[in-house]
Amino acid sequence: MTEPLIFEISSPGRCGASLPACDVPRTPLPAGMVRDDLSLPEVSEVDVIRHYVRLSQLNYGVDKGFYPLGSCTMKYNPKVNEVAARLPGFARTHPYQDPDSVQGNLTLMFELQEYLKELSGFAAVSLQPAAGAHGELTGVLIIRAYHQSRGDSKRTKMLIPDSAHGTNPASTSMCGYTTVEIKSDARGNVDLEDLRAHCDDTVAGLMLTNPNTLGLFDEHVLEIADLVHSCGGLLYGDGANFNALMGIAKPAQLGFDVMHFNLHKTFSTPHGGGGPGSGPVGVSQRLAQFLPGPIVVPAMAEDGWVGGPAEHADEHAEEHTGKHTEEHAEECHALRLAMPKHSIGRVKSFYGNFGVLIKAYTYIRVLGAEGLRQASQDAVLNANYLMHRLKDVYPLPYDRTCMHEFVLGGPPPEAEGVHTMDVAKRLMDYGFHPPTVYFPLIVHEAIMIEPTETESKATLDAFAEAMIKIAEEAVIDPDLLHSAPHVTPVTRLDETRAARRPRLRWVPPRQD
Amino acid sequence: MTYVPHSQAERQAMLAAIGVDRVEDLFADVPEALRFPKVSLPEPLSELEILQELQWMSESNADLDHYACFLGAGAYNHYVPSVVDHVISRSEFYTAYTPYQPEVSQGTLQTIFEYQSMICALTGMEAANASHYDGATSMAEAVLMAVAVSRGRRHKVILSPTIHPEYRETVRTYTQGMGLTVVGDDPGKLREGIDLDLEALKALLDSDTACLIVQNPDFFGQMESPAVLQELADAVHEAGAMFVVSADPISLGLFTPPGDYGADIVVGEGQPLGNAISFGGPYLGYFACKDQFKRKIAGRLVGETVDTHGRRGFVLTLVAREQHIRREKATSNICSNQALCALAAGVYLATLGKRGLRTVAELCYHKAHYAASQIAALEGYELVSKEPFFKEFVVRFPRPVSELNSYLLDEWGIIGGYDLGRVYPHLAGCALLCVTEMNSKGEIDYLVEALTTANFQIEGSAGSREVGS
Ligand SMILES: Cc1ncc(COP(=O)(O)O)c(C=O)c1O
Repeated sequence: MTEPLIFEISSPGRCGASLPACDVPRTPLPAGMVRDDLSLPEVSEVDVIRHYVRLSQLNYGVDKGFYPLGSCTMKYNPKVNEVAARLPGFARTHPYQDPDSVQGNLTLMFELQEYLKELSGFAAVSLQPAAGAHGELTGVLIIRAYHQSRGDSKRTKMLIPDSAHGTNPASTSMCGYTTVEIKSDARGNVDLEDLRAHCDDTVAGLMLTNPNTLGLFDEHVLEIADLVHSCGGLLYGDGANFNALMGIAKPAQLGFDVMHFNLHKTFSTPHGGGGPGSGPVGVSQRLAQFLPGPIVVPAMAEDGWVGGPAEHADEHAEEHTGKHTEEHAEECHALRLAMPKHSIGRVKSFYGNFGVLIKAYTYIRVLGAEGLRQASQDAVLNANYLMHRLKDVYPLPYDRTCMHEFVLGGPPPEAEGVHTMDVAKRLMDYGFHPPTVYFPLIVHEAIMIEPTETESKATLDAFAEAMIKIAEEAVIDPDLLHSAPHVTPVTRLDETRAARRPRLRWVPPRQD
Repeated sequence: MTYVPHSQAERQAMLAAIGVDRVEDLFADVPEALRFPKVSLPEPLSELEILQELQWMSESNADLDHYACFLGAGAYNHYVPSVVDHVISRSEFYTAYTPYQPEVSQGTLQTIFEYQSMICALTGMEAANASHYDGATSMAEAVLMAVAVSRGRRHKVILSPTIHPEYRETVRTYTQGMGLTVVGDDPGKLREGIDLDLEALKALLDSDTACLIVQNPDFFGQMESPAVLQELADAVHEAGAMFVVSADPISLGLFTPPGDYGADIVVGEGQPLGNAISFGGPYLGYFACKDQFKRKIAGRLVGETVDTHGRRGFVLTLVAREQHIRREKATSNICSNQALCALAAGVYLATLGKRGLRTVAELCYHKAHYAASQIAALEGYELVSKEPFFKEFVVRFPRPVSELNSYLLDEWGIIGGYDLGRVYPHLAGCALLCVTEMNSKGEIDYLVEALTTANFQIEGSAGSREVGS
């Protein structure tokens, strides 16, 4: 089942849009600047809709079924979020409007900053970064700016556990630091001995994912924070796994100095086929002035105020002026955009992925503190339940209570010649999206499963049964797995061919 | 409402299967003293209540459905055909993630392949990726790529002062740890306030230069001719550097693509292509380059291939460039991108097609010129922009821009232009106005009328307005 390219259904002269006639006098177009050719498709509106609807049907999404992609938190995306972000009062505002004319937007952003601070324990938050990796870049630049502000230029290394996601070392390099890999111990924690051996005054910091990518909460997180801090480094938190921690622990209290959130994971905003996400960054008080901006602050807050409890800013404003008129009360609640004093600068244009922020805000307001804690608890419950259902059939390299996800060590050893990829592909025949595979790198043939809290026991059971059945098939009929998937719109694709002679675009046929 | 399906009985059954009594037991690894902290958030709301509250909040904004908008400067008010939101609202698209498993992701993969093809067609380039976060980060990624192409041997980046100020800032943020020097964008180098001095830029080229970047149409809306830019491109190439152009994609429906005047990389803000203006995001940065650099592109790339039955299919390809494989050796850390925004852009371009896009660009051009000529004729207003310009132009106002904009907003329901004095001190008193197909002649005339009255109305009481919006 394949769908022609939109270019292949193009017919000269068609247009799918109707546009108003030109109602002003025309101005001659500048000579020598007008293009003569543009190979965009020419299709009708019906062509467009049918094409994209048919393409959508070749996709698998959370709304179709279970999508246990580890490290990605593919939880249900509430529909009210979609309605909220499309309210014209939000969606039809321009980022450069006078702040007085967008107080609704600024209020939503300010409150979201406050909620994220409350959930994490950090002193200040910037909503600007557009994704997790963007948050990492931001956070590492903040760490760098902090050391530089103290005239401490000997710090050149960033410590990164071997279980970390690839974005961590990549972000580190972009900031001019050298990555030093830290080993994991037999229980899947950071190896304290190895860490200690690398802690010296050239260390800028440690990037820790906790729970880590094995789905395990590091049993020595407090010692790790102490070790890093005592050599003058800072502790970065990759918040990709914050779905295990809402109302369970506050990263700032665990010793983290800076962390990014992934609103597209933890806070239920959809993944969009690869994005847009949102990666706000929270920091402790000593790093607050380095945040990228602008961030939203009370209009009456003193210059340079970036964080601390919101009430303070208001109090301060009131003391400051001593006015108590009604107009003043309104002014007091007014908000503005401000750049932190020693900001690393902006990391993108405007203020962040605002439409995504609306969805995360909506989610938090619907769940409240208890609902969020329930979400994290059920995420952890679901992962442990599924892990228990599978661990007698698939190897489990780290057999401990897990958090919101767990990592299996590939197909059963007796299934000779069968690989994790085969299991993943066979899962599609059973109607499931495969888990994350071959990550983290420290587990051979890794199968990383994150069920999330929005899945029922019945779904988890069905998935477990499919996995168990596949383990049997892997021994009895390995070719069934090798040739899988069988029921998908296409079968396995030739990736080598795609990379050897890359065809990255449609090229119009030559007309000669 | 918490979106979790379990009953208490099911939770108990699952806990029993795991072999623990209480769910709290699963958190024994969390330091006890810090476990289950108090979290103070507003009380949970029903769907009805949250929507009422958001409705109220959103209506406290002045939005573009209720106000006439002449503000652009990097975020644009263009018409989005109804089909676009219908397609991106299909949850098969928006509830999927990065298409790691191609057999169940052909929808996403093919739409990206088509998007890449359309971006190549628009820009005159041969390879395009699946998107960056926005126009600003796309430009920063162009810098990283240019440095990587030089194998890290070149350390200088030349930016035109007529590039969007926030893009220039973003480039500086991204590169602050890389030991690069970013030069060329001193606003003092502008001739007659807003004109690019190409000779001054050229003079900065040397063997340490990784790339030179211009924006065309530039931040002020003005355009350079392809011939002049080709000359610049030749000089850049002479110096062994890369020529990067940032362009408004709507303008490319009508004007010469950067590929025709020597660009190696073309980047820009894709928001005008079917994405809501949404207070600055989510948008998408498009990124395209010549074929010879395709293996140095950051981010996701979709390529064509065949399945085991020989049927055409699409996959993420050249993945060995990316962070999950190259880790600290990767040139960029990008992972998630703005895929759904790129889908919107693709649907927009498909719907408009080559004729529709050209029509939109022409409407912008004619309406902007009409507005500019009407305003230029007003006493006290001076048109700073010169031909050719596209959909934006600079006007010197008779009074401070912020004052005039407040008057327009409060008294006429008009969202006025961008106050250039905010970032270009020598342009205090100048506004950057934007006109698109969304502004009818009636609306433009209304603006002109408002500006006419502004001169004498502002001083006195601002309440004596006759025309309502
Ligand atoms: C552990 C971890 N860190 C970082 C990232 C990068 O986040 P993003 O894709 O939002 O940039 C991911 C993404 O999957 C991740 O799983």
